[in-house]
Amino acid sequence: MIRFTDVIKTYDNGTEALKGISFSIEDGEFVFLVGPSGSGKSTIIKLLTGEIIPNDGRIMANGFSLSNIGEWQIPYMRRTIGTIFQDFRLIGKKTVYDNLSLAMRAVDAAPREVKNRIPYVLELVGLENKMNRYPDELSGGEQQRVAIARALVNNPATIVADEPTGNLDPGRSLEIMTLLERINALGTTVLVVTHEKELVNRLGKRIIMIDEGKVVSDGLGSYEV
Amino acid sequence: MFSHGFMSFAAIGITVACLLIMGTFSLVAVNANQNLKDLQKENAILAFVSDDLTDEQAQALHSQLSVVDNVSDCTFVSRQQARDEYVQKYDEDDLYSDLEAGIFRNRYVLHLTDPDQMKGTIEAVRGVSGIEKVRADEDISNGFVTLRNIASVISIALITILFVVSVFIISNTIKLTTFDRRDEIAIMKMVGATNGFIRWPFVFEGLLFGFCGAAVAFGLQWLLYEAVARGIANSDTLQLVSVVPFGNIWAPVAGVFAAAGIVIGVGGSLTAIRKFLQV
Ligand SMILES: Nc1ncnc2c1ncn2[C@@H]1O[C@H](COP(=O)(O)OP(=O)(O)OP(=O)(O)O)[C@@H](O)[C@H]1O
Ligand SMILES: [Mg+2]
Repeated sequence: MIRFTDVIKTYDNGTEALKGISFSIEDGEFVFLVGPSGSGKSTIIKLLTGEIIPNDGRIMANGFSLSNIGEWQIPYMRRTIGTIFQDFRLIGKKTVYDNLSLAMRAVDAAPREVKNRIPYVLELVGLENKMNRYPDELSGGEQQRVAIARALVNNPATIVADEPTGNLDPGRSLEIMTLLERINALGTTVLVVTHEKELVNRLGKRIIMIDEGKVVSDGLGSYEV
Repeated sequence: MFSHGFMSFAAIGITVACLLIMGTFSLVAVNANQNLKDLQKENAILAFVSDDLTDEQAQALHSQLSVVDNVSDCTFVSRQQARDEYVQKYDEDDLYSDLEAGIFRNRYVLHLTDPDQMKGTIEAVRGVSGIEKVRADEDISNGFVTLRNIASVISIALITILFVVSVFIISNTIKLTTFDRRDEIAIMKMVGATNGFIRWPFVFEGLLFGFCGAAVAFGLQWLLYEAVARGIANSDTLQLVSVVPFGNIWAPVAGVFAAAGIVIGVGGSLTAIRKFLQV
């Protein structure tokens, strides 16, 4: 479960990115986070991953209280959240398989577990035949699916994605969203930041809309503006 | 590991240089100290007994003098013995053969445990009633102490500087590796690797640099020491200097080199990755 209560985030340069944000996401939900550029969406994601800390308010994520989390706890909190970015962030020198095994070894997974788990998640994202390819031998959509597989590989409770389709054409974007929907159906909570109105409207999920650091609407419906 | 050939070479090289210079200075200091101690040991204090005391009373002072702090041994020398020694030492031409023991005084020859504290000991000996005069070559002794202290300060300063330089070079070498792997580190942190887990390979790399450096430096130090020791033994003028055999000190030298290598290596790697582990 994720819960933001009156969260305020002001960056060091004085920019008030979030001016009192409250919402909560239950386990198993699929939620879109939308809003104009600069409205504070990425700031919410960064707060969730412990990259930055709020100035005020409370943030709970998967049992961790992020507003007063100890430095040493942050890695364990991060293991409960799989993160996906617009720019994929794959290691170019490593094969698909090695990119995933890096993520598993980073959290001390046993070698046998690594060997069993990677083919499973690659199959889930439809790349079981490309595990020995290097990222630059894959299309953008395929690279993003590798990134999704990597986010999933340690079996997190939640997946957060910051504009995962920002670099993809509409066809690929739909594929990625459908994949995230499937992952959600398997039990993972999913939070997706996106600008893609058509996709959002088409999937008919809960939408949290923010503008200028405040929640302006929250619920099922369509993404206008 | 060792992907930056030249820098790795430089890192190990500078560690070797640092340890070698450090070791050489320390070994010179050890030997100098040894020689100074020897010289100071010969440098006894003479405590003259007042002529008012009878020979028996003079001899009885032994128990009082031997318990003075810092006095390691204390020998009574009677007038007669003093005279005989004097005559034996200086009377080549039988000039003094009829010298009377009466003009000599009963005395004690004192050796000290710690020559650095000679001044205080002299005061204490002077305070014993029945002792009239104390003679010691304080100036020479003080000179030895000063010399050794200056040498120590210089070598400590040099060691500190070289330590910092070595840590700096190793740190920069490892920074290159962390730079190569910055994307990987970012991913590891994103998926929840602990700082310790991320740090470990770099600390290991630093340790390896430190250890290689220490091993090479130890070998070179050994060769150098033996060569210098042989040089001194074969020299006409320096034969008086006694050199502590390497066999007697190799273990502490190896221990100190290994420890210094570890400190330099781990210090270097921790400095290199400190920045990376924030956030
Ligand atoms: N590191 C930072 N330092 C200072 N200000 C920042 C920083 N990051 C973001 N901001 C500011 O905070 C506000 C919110 O930024 P944020 O990145 O959360 O927006 P966003 O909703 O993700 O926008 P976009 O849709 O363009 O990605 C913006 O005004 C931005 O300029
Ligand atoms: Mg953003």
